Amino acid sequence: MWVVLLTDFFLFLLLAGVAAYAWLAWRSLHLRRAWRTVVARRTGAVSAVVLASFVAIAVLDSLHFHPRLEQPTAQAAYSNEILSVFDVLVGPLRTQTERTYSAPFAYRAHSKEAQETPDGMVRDYPRLQYGGAHLEDPAQERGWDIAVRVARGAGLGALAWGALWLGFRLLRRRRGDVAPEAPPLPWTIIGATVLAILMLIGIATQLAGAYHVFGTDKVGEDVFYQTLKSIRTGMLIGTLTTLIMLPFAMALGIMAGYYRGWADDVIQYIYITLNSIPGVLLIAAAILSLHVYLNTHAAEYTSLAERADLRLLFLCMILGLTSWTGLCRLLRGEALKLRECEYVQAAVAFGVSGPRIQWRHILPNVMHIVLITVTLDFSGLVLAEAVLSYVDIGVDPTMNSWGNMINSARLEMSREPPVWWSLAASFVFMFALVLFANLLADAVRDAFDPRVGR
Amino acid sequence: MTALLEVENLQVAFGTGPERELAVADVSFAIPQQGTFALLGESGSGKSVTALSVMRLLPEAARIEAGHVRLRGQDLLDLPEAHMRTVRGSAIGMIFQEPMTSLNPVMTVGQQIGESLRRRGLPKAEIRTRARELLDAVRVPDARRRLNEYPHHLSGGMQQRVMIAAALAGEPELLIADEPTTALDVTIQAQVLELLRELQRELGMAMLFITHDLAVARHMADAVAIMQHGRIVEAGSAEAFFANPSHAYSRNLFAALPDISKRGQRLHGIEAHDAGPEADHAPAASEAPVLLEVEDLRVHFPIRRGVFRRVVGHVPAVDGLTFALREGETFALVGESGCGKTTTGKSLIRLLPATQGRIRYRGKNLAHCSAHEMAALRAEMQIIFQDPFASLNPRMTVGDIIAEGMQELKVLEQAAQRQARVLELLEQVGLKPAHRNRYPHEFSGGQRQRIAIARALAVNPKLIVCDEPTSALDVTIQAQILNLLREIQKRHGLTYLFITHNIAVVSWMAHRMAVMRHGRIVEQGEATEVLRNARHAYTRELLAAAPRL
Repeated sequence: MWVVLLTDFFLFLLLAGVAAYAWLAWRSLHLRRAWRTVVARRTGAVSAVVLASFVAIAVLDSLHFHPRLEQPTAQAAYSNEILSVFDVLVGPLRTQTERTYSAPFAYRAHSKEAQETPDGMVRDYPRLQYGGAHLEDPAQERGWDIAVRVARGAGLGALAWGALWLGFRLLRRRRGDVAPEAPPLPWTIIGATVLAILMLIGIATQLAGAYHVFGTDKVGEDVFYQTLKSIRTGMLIGTLTTLIMLPFAMALGIMAGYYRGWADDVIQYIYITLNSIPGVLLIAAAILSLHVYLNTHAAEYTSLAERADLRLLFLCMILGLTSWTGLCRLLRGEALKLRECEYVQAAVAFGVSGPRIQWRHILPNVMHIVLITVTLDFSGLVLAEAVLSYVDIGVDPTMNSWGNMINSARLEMSREPPVWWSLAASFVFMFALVLFANLLADAVRDAFDPRVGR
Repeated sequence: MTALLEVENLQVAFGTGPERELAVADVSFAIPQQGTFALLGESGSGKSVTALSVMRLLPEAARIEAGHVRLRGQDLLDLPEAHMRTVRGSAIGMIFQEPMTSLNPVMTVGQQIGESLRRRGLPKAEIRTRARELLDAVRVPDARRRLNEYPHHLSGGMQQRVMIAAALAGEPELLIADEPTTALDVTIQAQVLELLRELQRELGMAMLFITHDLAVARHMADAVAIMQHGRIVEAGSAEAFFANPSHAYSRNLFAALPDISKRGQRLHGIEAHDAGPEADHAPAASEAPVLLEVEDLRVHFPIRRGVFRRVVGHVPAVDGLTFALREGETFALVGESGCGKTTTGKSLIRLLPATQGRIRYRGKNLAHCSAHEMAALRAEMQIIFQDPFASLNPRMTVGDIIAEGMQELKVLEQAAQRQARVLELLEQVGLKPAHRNRYPHEFSGGQRQRIAIARALAVNPKLIVCDEPTSALDVTIQAQILNLLREIQKRHGLTYLFITHNIAVVSWMAHRMAVMRHGRIVEQGEATEVLRNARHAYTRELLAAAPRL
């Protein structure tokens, strides 16, 4: 039985918006050419492909349903648990949990336990239930086994890539080529990136069933699985918050700068007031009142996932409401400058109305600022989530997120020997997401700024 | 007399590899002691790059590829950077075009001048005395008080004097002046040029004078060189050159200058498509009907202070103007910066609200127009701005820019009709149909001004306010744009309100003119009459200050 959580709904809405924009862009010659120049740049192409795979995971992870219970009764019964398509795809990752910590690729646990052996009670590192369980003499065989699996995974990835490439070639030949004046796409680099990603996926599938690639956490859950699940959380916080913040920042900022006078005063007073209240306080108040609400209406939110989801959405909203002031201030300043520009004056001489001038002459000329701020904020928001989780007003503790992982790493790093893999895994993925988002934004800005030479 | 500065086969390029572009190619010249050498040329001809090469202050991307720059026989290009710094401060001084940006706004005048003195280890008190002497030398009144003032306290002319004083602090043998008066008003320009000549005589400096203005060069230089595309195309003594320029490009520069003697003739630009038939310049009939009547126009800007933005006073930018525009004529509004001429132009087409006074268009008072009537009038009155780089939205294609007015004012309702009209307009202003899909940044200044003209023409206006339409352009481009404006005027029977500070343009272009000062008209009448027999003292001063060939 399918379930659409609130955040899923917004994510799909966002995707629909992006699709609509893509359709518009395809029809307009200039937009199509501009976007083509984005992808024609090597960094642009690579980051677009990498981000697309991140988005794919987030989308798969947003298709939620209640699994059917295996019951002999005729009537279908559904579990109260909510799973996503992604959970099903990665199957063993979710179900193969150990008792507690284990290091990446380990076949023994991280700490000694008392075990019963034929010789009596021994304190030793116990074998893991799943990690390397198929090996008879792990100390000897493990290295070779991993190598074989990596090679096999890479081979499978390459094979999948070959099939994809063939299909693509056939499709391209049938459709003919695109407009000749557009810059050529760097097919080699796109192909190489796709190949690398497919090989990584192949290797991951080969290894993940037999080992815990990034180890396990305190309750034995696979860290690799947690990191992958966190992609959705991170993406949602980054995009939804931005989506909530942008209309405020853009509309109010440009209006304040363009109209000046009392409109400017009112808008300025609003954001100055909002700015002088510490953001953490507002967020804490909002999240805590949500807690109260959830507790008094416990019956309406039966599953943990739904509660966690509502909390995530609420967090996005309150982050959005507190973070629009910076961009608004920037846009106000820019609009103040642009309104004196002669092309705006020329538009006034044509009798163009205020809103249309803002839409056609001012907005496009501040988009580079919006783009830069949004990407910087995106990374900032992913990080803010970590900080807020630290003071327990971030996302729900049951929800997988990089913030929660980093938060738990605080205690883990002080153990002896330290448990470093939670931190490392979340760091690697967060870094990749933020880095490629920044690279793509760079390419986009260059392509859309007509003043930058091509 | 031995040469003080010798530049030999200088070659400078920007970038490397396939993107390498030659900025200066094989330039050689020599400046004798106490001589003044003028490098003349249009923008992008490499004259500033040459000057910066002498100072070794080229931007990162540029490289001196070959040549020698010798100061008293010492090759500056071989000097280590540390040694070069002392040469810059003491042997060679430099002044730049924009006095506002070449002075540091948070340093007092005394500190700026003292900077190069301090490096020579003079004691503090002596620096102060010396700085005051320098200010006296550049004829800054009340020098002792000025030492403690900041650049924004000073007018443009005073700022440029301070710049000169700072450049003279090191007692240079050579002063490089890079367009030192281009940003100044004509009367101030005349004063600063006079000052430079006097200082040169007193201190026995040589001067490398860089300018685009033939008249200024003639006034200042003993020898001149004309640069085009990074090369010197003609060089010689000033006397010989101005009497008889030999190179085709030099002659073109002279031909492109507007002048009263060329009234009624086309100005000769460089591009081939400008060589059309000569347009005659019949004076507009003085009995033509009045199109626009301005009576006692006042525009005051409120000064607001405090938390509640109380109005504490007014700046009278335009203070009681009365004049009339007749159909089909060019009415020039002349004055120096800050005299209120741009404010007048903007308030006529209601870009700025008039504080007081009547503007009647075809007898109808604009102040009493409803929003609906005003929309219709918008199409009749258009404006062309000074800066072609700021007047076009960089995010819109040329086609969209030109079509915007038609769409907004519902001149042509259908997109296909508008497209056809855009093509027609592009052709009229001398651009190609393919240009409609390009963005403004792909065009040169002159081409951009053509686009701005096409945009204004699109809605079939009767009156166009031309706000310094050519003052940001080179002379040859200016000639093309002026020719185009006149051609269009004849074809469509347009009326121009031509706002400018350039007397030469007025003398070539205008039928009637008004001279403005401090928001008031001091004199108006037939252009030829005002130019020949100015009655008001200020007009005479203005005319006298304009450098002449």
